[in-house]
Amino acid sequence: MAEVTMTVNGRQVSRDVEARTLLVQFLREHLQMTGTHVGCDTSQCGACVVHVDGKSVKSCTMLAVQADGSAVTTIEGLASGDTLHPMQAAFNEHHALQCGFCTPGMVMSAVDLLQKNPSPSETEIRDWLEGNICRCTGYHNIIKAIRHAAGSAA
Amino acid sequence: MYDFGYHQPSSLSEADAALNSASDPLLMAGGQTLIPTLKFRLARASDVVDLCGIDELKGIREEGNAVVIGAMTTHCEVAESDLVASRIPALASLARGIGDPQVRHRGTIGGSIANNDPAADYPAGCLGLGATIRTSKRQIAADDFFGDTFDTALEDGEIVTAISFPLPEKAAYAKFPNPASRYAIVGVMVAKTGAGVRVAVTGAGHGVFRDEAIELALNESFSVDAVDASGVDEEDLNSDIHASAEYRKHLIGVMAKRAVAKANS
Repeated sequence: MAEVTMTVNGRQVSRDVEARTLLVQFLREHLQMTGTHVGCDTSQCGACVVHVDGKSVKSCTMLAVQADGSAVTTIEGLASGDTLHPMQAAFNEHHALQCGFCTPGMVMSAVDLLQKNPSPSETEIRDWLEGNICRCTGYHNIIKAIRHAAGSAA
Repeated sequence: MYDFGYHQPSSLSEADAALNSASDPLLMAGGQTLIPTLKFRLARASDVVDLCGIDELKGIREEGNAVVIGAMTTHCEVAESDLVASRIPALASLARGIGDPQVRHRGTIGGSIANNDPAADYPAGCLGLGATIRTSKRQIAADDFFGDTFDTALEDGEIVTAISFPLPEKAAYAKFPNPASRYAIVGVMVAKTGAGVRVAVTGAGHGVFRDEAIELALNESFSVDAVDASGVDEEDLNSDIHASAEYRKHLIGVMAKRAVAKANS
């Protein structure tokens, strides 16, 4: 067991974990923060995307010990109180979800895209979402929501 | 995933010490292949030695007529590097096409070539551009580094430290990706260098290889029309649910033409 300390959504947390504990297990099972989902377990689907030190990563493909000392942001950390993050509000407004399972990863991935590229084209959005899979195939409204959040929609 | 001892050395000598003190260690770079492999118990280790804390393995710099990329440099860093974009745009473009953005944020060039997946992009980049692989023990030409599937010239405990890419006159990479994984069904790096044309193919065979027939043709004339069929034997190519050997052989020619067109544009 090793002690890991990280900042999760602005709050410092420390826990003893096994080396094999994945970051997503740490979030869901040790911190009981179940907003981050596990979809495929094979690094393909992107339901588990969180930000580590400002960059989107697949938390099922990173060890908790590797995030020691890092700042982690999850879907639970986006809203301020009752005010949704603009990306969450855009997903809501444009019905960018059906079953909602992929949504946390989609939103976290989209937020990272706009950090890097504030006005992405539709093609750039589709390319960026390469690592996020929606089994309901709700991609059109997801793209629409991200374009609106970026203020790039006509 | 079975549990293991975890080590995060901050220097190569500490990494050596960690490797030497463990009974059955594995080195981890970005972990984007290794962690899934451990999760599915396709591999296990007494100890994982994570190279992420070794600063001397990171960064991109110019040395004479070469771009040198530290082994722990991520695909995203190579894709976004102004130096790589200006000196070897083909390499930036190759890095931009690996996996997806989240994988590119963690995955590294050193991990990719040490793993030598037969459908990975970087082996074609290294072999096509005639790179030299620097390790903790020696320097190895890409021509001598890559073996068959998942096999390399690396010895136990030998750590890739950097890859040195000589500047080509022109080069480009074209890939026909698997639509699900983004690994190459066939990927071809074509480079025109002072020592002739090099054509490296990934995805098609049991490991990356050079296509001598296309190299000969392009040495005569570096043009799209010069590229005829690949010279490799279909017997040596992969045939699976994604593509037959015949189809892959055809794709080598098509991707080589696309790469030449891109290099000449």
